[in-house]
Amino acid sequence: MLKLKAARTLPARASALGWRMLDPRSCWSLRVDLVAAAGPMSAADLPLAIDVCRAATRGDWSALWLGPDEQLLVGLDSAHAQLAPRLAAALDGVAHSIVDVSHRQAAIELSGPGATRLLAMGCPLDFDLRSAPVGFCTRTVYAKAEVVLWRQDTQRFQLQAWRSFLPYVTGLLALGSQELTAGI
Amino acid sequence: MLIIPCPYCGPRPELEFSYGGQAHVTRPTAASNPSPAEWNAFQYERANLKGLHAERWRHIHGCARFFNVVRDTTTDEILRSYRSGEK
Amino acid sequence: MSGDCRSARGGGDLQRSQPLRFEFDGRSYQGLQGDTLASALLANGVHLIGRSFKYHRPRGIMAAGPEDPNALVTIRRDAARSTPNLNATQVELYDGLVAYSQNRWPSLRFDTARINDLLSRFIPSGFYYKTFMWPRKAWHSLYEPRIRAAAGLGVASTEADPDLYAQCYGHCELLIVGAGPAGIAAALTAAASGARVMLCDEQALPGGSLRTGTSARIGGQDAADWLRESVQKLTAAPNVTLLTRTTAFGYLPHNMVALSERLSDHLATPPPGKPRERLWQVCARQVILATGAIERPLVFPGNDRPGVMLAGAARSFLNRYGVLPGARVVVLTAHDDAYQTAIDLKAAGVQIAALADMRTDPAGPHVEAARSAGIAVRTGTTAVGTRGNLRVTAVGLAGLDSNGAVAGAADWVKCDALLMSGGYTPSVHLHSQARGKLRWDEATHAFVPGAAAAGCRSVGACNGLIGAELVRVFEQATAAAADALRECGIHDQPGAIAISKELAVSEDRGASGGWIGALPQPAGAKAGKAFVDWQNDVTAADLKLAVREGFRSIEHIKRYTTTGMATDQGKTSNLNALAIAAQQLGRAIPEVGLTTFRLPYLPVGFGGLAGYARGDFFAPVRKTPMYDWAADRGAVFEPVAMWQRARYFPERGEDMHQAVARECAAVRRSCGLFDASTLGKIEVAGPDAIEFMNRMYVNNWSSLAVGRCRYGILLRDDGFVYDDGVVARLSDDRLHVTTTTGGAPRVLGMMEDYLQTEWPHLKVWLTSTTEQWAVIAVQGPQARAVLEPLVEQADLSAAALPHMAMTRGLVCGVPAMIFRVSFTGELGYEINVPADYGAEVWRAIWASGQAHGMCTYGTEAMHVLRAEKGYIIVGQDTDGTMTPDDAGVSWAVGKNKPEFVGMVSLRKPALQDPRRKQLVGLLTVDPAHVLEEGSQIAAEPGQRPPMRLIGHVTSSYYSSVLGRSIALAVVSAGRSRLGQTLYVPTAHGESTVTVTQPVFYDPKGERLNA
Repeated sequence: MLKLKAARTLPARASALGWRMLDPRSCWSLRVDLVAAAGPMSAADLPLAIDVCRAATRGDWSALWLGPDEQLLVGLDSAHAQLAPRLAAALDGVAHSIVDVSHRQAAIELSGPGATRLLAMGCPLDFDLRSAPVGFCTRTVYAKAEVVLWRQDTQRFQLQAWRSFLPYVTGLLALGSQELTAGI
Repeated sequence: MLIIPCPYCGPRPELEFSYGGQAHVTRPTAASNPSPAEWNAFQYERANLKGLHAERWRHIHGCARFFNVVRDTTTDEILRSYRSGEK
Repeated sequence: MSGDCRSARGGGDLQRSQPLRFEFDGRSYQGLQGDTLASALLANGVHLIGRSFKYHRPRGIMAAGPEDPNALVTIRRDAARSTPNLNATQVELYDGLVAYSQNRWPSLRFDTARINDLLSRFIPSGFYYKTFMWPRKAWHSLYEPRIRAAAGLGVASTEADPDLYAQCYGHCELLIVGAGPAGIAAALTAAASGARVMLCDEQALPGGSLRTGTSARIGGQDAADWLRESVQKLTAAPNVTLLTRTTAFGYLPHNMVALSERLSDHLATPPPGKPRERLWQVCARQVILATGAIERPLVFPGNDRPGVMLAGAARSFLNRYGVLPGARVVVLTAHDDAYQTAIDLKAAGVQIAALADMRTDPAGPHVEAARSAGIAVRTGTTAVGTRGNLRVTAVGLAGLDSNGAVAGAADWVKCDALLMSGGYTPSVHLHSQARGKLRWDEATHAFVPGAAAAGCRSVGACNGLIGAELVRVFEQATAAAADALRECGIHDQPGAIAISKELAVSEDRGASGGWIGALPQPAGAKAGKAFVDWQNDVTAADLKLAVREGFRSIEHIKRYTTTGMATDQGKTSNLNALAIAAQQLGRAIPEVGLTTFRLPYLPVGFGGLAGYARGDFFAPVRKTPMYDWAADRGAVFEPVAMWQRARYFPERGEDMHQAVARECAAVRRSCGLFDASTLGKIEVAGPDAIEFMNRMYVNNWSSLAVGRCRYGILLRDDGFVYDDGVVARLSDDRLHVTTTTGGAPRVLGMMEDYLQTEWPHLKVWLTSTTEQWAVIAVQGPQARAVLEPLVEQADLSAAALPHMAMTRGLVCGVPAMIFRVSFTGELGYEINVPADYGAEVWRAIWASGQAHGMCTYGTEAMHVLRAEKGYIIVGQDTDGTMTPDDAGVSWAVGKNKPEFVGMVSLRKPALQDPRRKQLVGLLTVDPAHVLEEGSQIAAEPGQRPPMRLIGHVTSSYYSSVLGRSIALAVVSAGRSRLGQTLYVPTAHGESTVTVTQPVFYDPKGERLNA
């Protein structure tokens, strides 16, 4: 029986001034009534983001509010296998949908003083800390690609895109890095 | 670019939205056995207003929710937005 | 003609210690750092810059800013970097700049097409509509190309643009457009509040009219010193972004303003990687427009000769660039502002041959200052003509009587420059683009901003403060800034600057006056052309002709005469044209109204508008995990939606048909490997998953067992097929729905629409998993043998996993969903593995398949294989007007369902008409003839147009397994015509075909169920 090493291969692997691709992670789309899920998730020591467009972290897992009944759960790849059974146990009896999307998307980290400038090249959102504080997360667009954006610190963002859009997004970011290098 | 107040996420740039046509068009159920005129009205008849217009938008690249907006088609001023099912 | 016209006075924009070389029409000149091409040419005594659009008249520089209509040049860095139609007044000089004049042949000084000027009475406005009527065909082939070549602007490079263009979104509480005194005062006020302020100006240096020169002192210091200090303050403020060389060219809804920032056009050698331009899309809470005003030329015969210039422009050239417009000048004005020009020029040593004022009794500080400077003022005086060929040599001045009519003979005054001023027109372009209203102000004879769009304020000259004292401008600007901040919720404004202190103005002289329309001329005079629109060669006579010929609306007059069109969009001409038309129509100016102001305010290059969206970044190019493998093997790709899909895999010089024949044969004989990853996948999960799918799709999903698959059809509510795909039931409350590649996003969108707005109570959620899974199709009689050695924890036998069943297992140790489905009619599997593992699993299956004669096949072979089986492709065999019955798949429609999308429409009599077009097969009598897809079908042979046509061919291929061509078609009442002979007219005669069932291969499906 042939068995592969089964190492995850990313659709784009690159970095430049201001950004880098992150290692593969575990991602799940959780759809559930937040009011019904808040207690059980808390009891199971799993995060649930209640505030609009904000992320919540608990242990190894973070929950990103993407819609009124939609959370993106993000964790380490090494913890991937244990999440589904934990969730199933926690949400037993609560109508929900949990779908593994770990391979659907990959993450880029933007950091440093040029991070917001790189984002402004393709994303129409205002990254002023008053409207997008640390913890802000949302689905939005980067040029012609849909992305999920998560502000993890003042100058540190995580940007997730579907895998076939990643070469496009990283290509644009590479252009942006050139501009940052030229000091513009 | 319009700044559209998503009733869930707040004001966001038009690039995140898709347009969904006139709001409050009632879809007859098959069980109600709609007359040809009723069905035709649902399918094809739209107001095409000059002035205040209730219309559907979807925050497709945001929270992905459909919702309604009252917009003045002559000025693009948005008077209010509200969730689907609300008036 | 030539010589050094540089003055030691003025030149505030210059760095005199930095000389630059540049070339114009092949001749080398010297300029200075800080020059524009226009100022540098004038400094060298060059006034002849171009030939006019239609009459090829010699033209010079009329204005100092972007409103100049004449001085269009081509700037060439190399073959690819050659930009036509740039305004010489906007081109900043750099060392080595190479410029060419336009619209002349063979040379600027000797242009053969100047004959047009002598023939002008044969080519009035609209001549091409009247003259070139016959023969009609010649318009496109002969007349229009010739006219366009003769009436030319510059020629763009035909090479790809090698430069980079950047783009950026901007956000601020307050955007201020224009960094003149009004804009700077507003910015200083807002900067102190801490709000985010953006201030942009299209010039290289901020200051606006202050740079042109003013006698006023601000805050107790020279205006120039105040300007320098203010700009330093703004530059140092962390909350202020000051953008120079940045044109606000478009005002879009909700205060989004488009800015074009020029980053490297002014550099001799732009550093590599530096973009040429940046497009800013600024979302501003509030906007202040401080865009100033544009001086109006005077309309009189011969007003277009080189050397005729706007008075304010001459002052700009002196005070900004140290350039003298001539040695002996005549000033002709109806406005006080030109007096300052005469005073400044006289101080620089220029002889003022005459200062002619059209007003009979001008008075005030300007007039007194001029007189005390020793300038002779002729009042009640107009111009009746000019002399000169390539430069003005004299102007005919004549007196006006008390009725304003010309009285007495002309006095011809020699001069080498004529400086004119009809007053100023507020720049209301952006206010109007924002859908603000305009109001006619009788006092200043100007259209000024009326009701403005929300969040938009105009201040200063663009708001009608023409020639007003600076202090009034400051009052207006600071008040507007304070109001705008309050609108943003910033009420506490402790740092607001005081008009009484920082902005105290002294020694200021307000200016007034103005003239609109043509100047009075002696009765019966034939003095020559009086130009209104220099760029389009439109004269006062042309406008009068248009009215005589019956045009009444100003929009029609504009289009008939072309006044106000092309690159300058009538910045200097629109109001004069309007006044002349109004007078001719016998109506008041506000009754006639203005033409619409549209973006862009100034021309913007396509590169700048495209930004990053060129080449690889025009749109995302989506590739599957197996793309690289296919590319390495020489696959030919085709775009399907945004995806690149392998179309075929040519070997050893095969063409597409040979490759496809080989690929099809391998699938039928042994086994083929196909990348199906692009198929849309939607996970439908929740307690109401089955109920939701029952309502969405035509099928009955309640009877689908867990682990089984079914072909599903989705209609729109109009009853027509929208999408199709295989749906698998993964568990009681979870379905795996596949869609067409192109349909994936819109099917999900449609499902969400119905779920959220029609059935929000259903407990079900939809998640796109298109990209979660790499899908590897293994199709053919050997498929099981290829896969079995790689699979664990799953039984692939026909008994355990029959056609249209699915199971989970490990493939190469990777958790997979294995679907027994087939789009080829062969035994087949579609292996779904998480996408990051896709390429590796693909390679393993490929290796396993080698012993079985496996080949890879692309979308083209897939199309042939499915057509042999009569499987439709939505969008190819259907066209948005086909019901399930038309497409021959009515068997899929669930019986006795209470509801599904499209159900009501299917009841319509028209959708049940037996004469509707139905899917059938066609076999050509000549088995080698492959019909063209899209061909029309006739029931009777030998018809002549108009023919009675009953259908068309939707799919057509050569089938190598059948040894003949096959086709699918939709034909009126097609299923009742089985066995009939029909006719397909082609370019090479009529093809005779026989109607068949649409299944050509293995109609019993024995291979499928193997």
